[in-house]
Amino acid sequence: MIADLSLANDFGQILDAFWRGSLGTSSALFSGTLVRAIPLTIVGVGVSLAFRAGVFNIGGEGQLLLGAVAATVVGLLLPNKVGAAGIILTLSAGALAGAAWAGIAAVLRNRFGVLEVISTIMLNFVAANLVSYLVRGPLQEPTHTYPQTDLISAAARLPRLWSETRLHAGILIAICLSIASWWFLTRTAAGFRVRAVGASPSAAGISGLVDASSVTARALLVSGALAGLAGSIEVTGVTYALYENLSPGYGFSAIAVAVLARLHPLAVLGTALLIATLETGALGMQRDAGVPSVVASVLEAMAILVVIGIGGRTGASWRWRKRRAHAGAEA
Amino acid sequence: MSDIGPFLEAAVRTATPLLIASVGETVSERAGIINIGLEGCIIAGAYAAFAAGTSTPSAGYVAATLAGAAVGVLLAAFSVFLRRDQIIVGTALTMLALGATGALFRARGEDASLVVVTEPAAVIPLLSSIPIVGRAFFAQPAIAYLALALAIAVWWWLQRTHAGLSLRAVGDSPSAARAAGIRVGLVQTGAVLFGSGLGGLAGGALVLAQAGSFAEGMSAGRGFLAIAIVALGRWRPAGVMAASVVFGAAMALQFVVQALGWNLRYELVLMIPYVLTLVALGALGRGAAPAMLGRAPVYD
Repeated sequence: MIADLSLANDFGQILDAFWRGSLGTSSALFSGTLVRAIPLTIVGVGVSLAFRAGVFNIGGEGQLLLGAVAATVVGLLLPNKVGAAGIILTLSAGALAGAAWAGIAAVLRNRFGVLEVISTIMLNFVAANLVSYLVRGPLQEPTHTYPQTDLISAAARLPRLWSETRLHAGILIAICLSIASWWFLTRTAAGFRVRAVGASPSAAGISGLVDASSVTARALLVSGALAGLAGSIEVTGVTYALYENLSPGYGFSAIAVAVLARLHPLAVLGTALLIATLETGALGMQRDAGVPSVVASVLEAMAILVVIGIGGRTGASWRWRKRRAHAGAEA
Repeated sequence: MSDIGPFLEAAVRTATPLLIASVGETVSERAGIINIGLEGCIIAGAYAAFAAGTSTPSAGYVAATLAGAAVGVLLAAFSVFLRRDQIIVGTALTMLALGATGALFRARGEDASLVVVTEPAAVIPLLSSIPIVGRAFFAQPAIAYLALALAIAVWWWLQRTHAGLSLRAVGDSPSAARAAGIRVGLVQTGAVLFGSGLGGLAGGALVLAQAGSFAEGMSAGRGFLAIAIVALGRWRPAGVMAASVVFGAAMALQFVVQALGWNLRYELVLMIPYVLTLVALGALGRGAAPAMLGRAPVYD
């Protein structure tokens, strides 16, 4: 009886820790959960686009790190008085670096038939080791004491939306990107080609309207650019410096974000918030109730399996069948 | 020159888990199922071998194999039975196993032992005293010899038995296989369980024949390397064996770089196996992949 009571007590304590860590206090919500949802949204939108085109970009983590590296390099070089151009330049560098990193996988896929699943995962490991090397070698801060870079120039930092919190302007970029990607996928000819290739590359090719390999390559590049952008936003909005564990696995959580959203760019906004809540809540549980925070990734994996299990062969084909039925009705 | 012997010894030791995992993955892929969850099987096996904490390594290996196969049960349920996308399911299984082993490892008691009994090298008399290569090939833990035996047995089974032919037929043309009376789902389930069980055994070898302890994420991409090794070995056990040794050597470089006096940063050395994979896959392409690899069978 006493054991039961203490168990219930423990459980209440764990829930309370989760709540206080994620949404329960304004600092947890605005400085923790919402800030964490920003990279999850942006990488998640990119993963959705790639999966819709039938490209399995599992390399969001590596692309994000390369974006962070590029943003740090530009941010360190920028003089302090360049104004808004500085931040645009920094973020563009991040997006370009992410696209270039994904571009390696795109070239390997189209020229040499290498599965992008394998190449993007290998590139994740290379990127993580590259960051470790840079922050201990060429980019290490001047005193050579800590494995991190110097702080980036003030001109390269994203403004805070609300001075008492860590919430930064990146959230606006994330929302805009999610809406723009939805518009692109559902309202443009290029978006239609992406969905057509994802549904059936051979059918899309035979129709004669679409070069499937160039569509998949571009989808991979765009998703890499988005992940790179997310990395540069993390550096310019949150950390202001590069260090080893800059990303707590955003690239992997983003796969859960995308699959949970059934690859719908607008739904990504909601699922990113959900996953961010789960992760900051788990960190709260670790801090206050001694529950290992990695349970968050267990829950994310189970969520992916449940969604995939109930929802058709893949999220992509599930969406596609619905749309095809819809288009058929219109024709 | 004196460094070459120890380096080869380390290379063979490092290649052992890679060979075990990639031999299993070869069987799975020849049946048409790519196991992206192999990384998860390896970490599950590693944790099981560590947590079993048995005084005899063989019991640890059994626990590791069962843990890997348990991950495989999920892959078979989702990708063979429910026909869901193999890549998404596999990715989720890897996340699941990495997270679950991490949580279990952190949640275990403070005073629990961090060290497990490792397997001693089974030294073969005379042969092991051959200069340079002797210790590398004839003074390894028993699991290394088992890995070699497995590779040969799988080659023989795939190429020389009727059952092996059936399995290859399933991966190349499930509809033809089904027309010939082969139960495709059953064969794929068996192949997945075999492959994931060997993935678990590879994780066990990592703990019981190499590290002697567990660390979160200690699989360090070996599951993905094994999948690449299968492609580089052209889905044939002999090729897989050769590719495993090359990658074992690439991973073993981290142990010898300082001894060799190379002026190379440790982080850059750790990068080598992954870069090598990309370069090798680019150079060799993907030749004779099973026709239906990664795709759910479609019947007319």
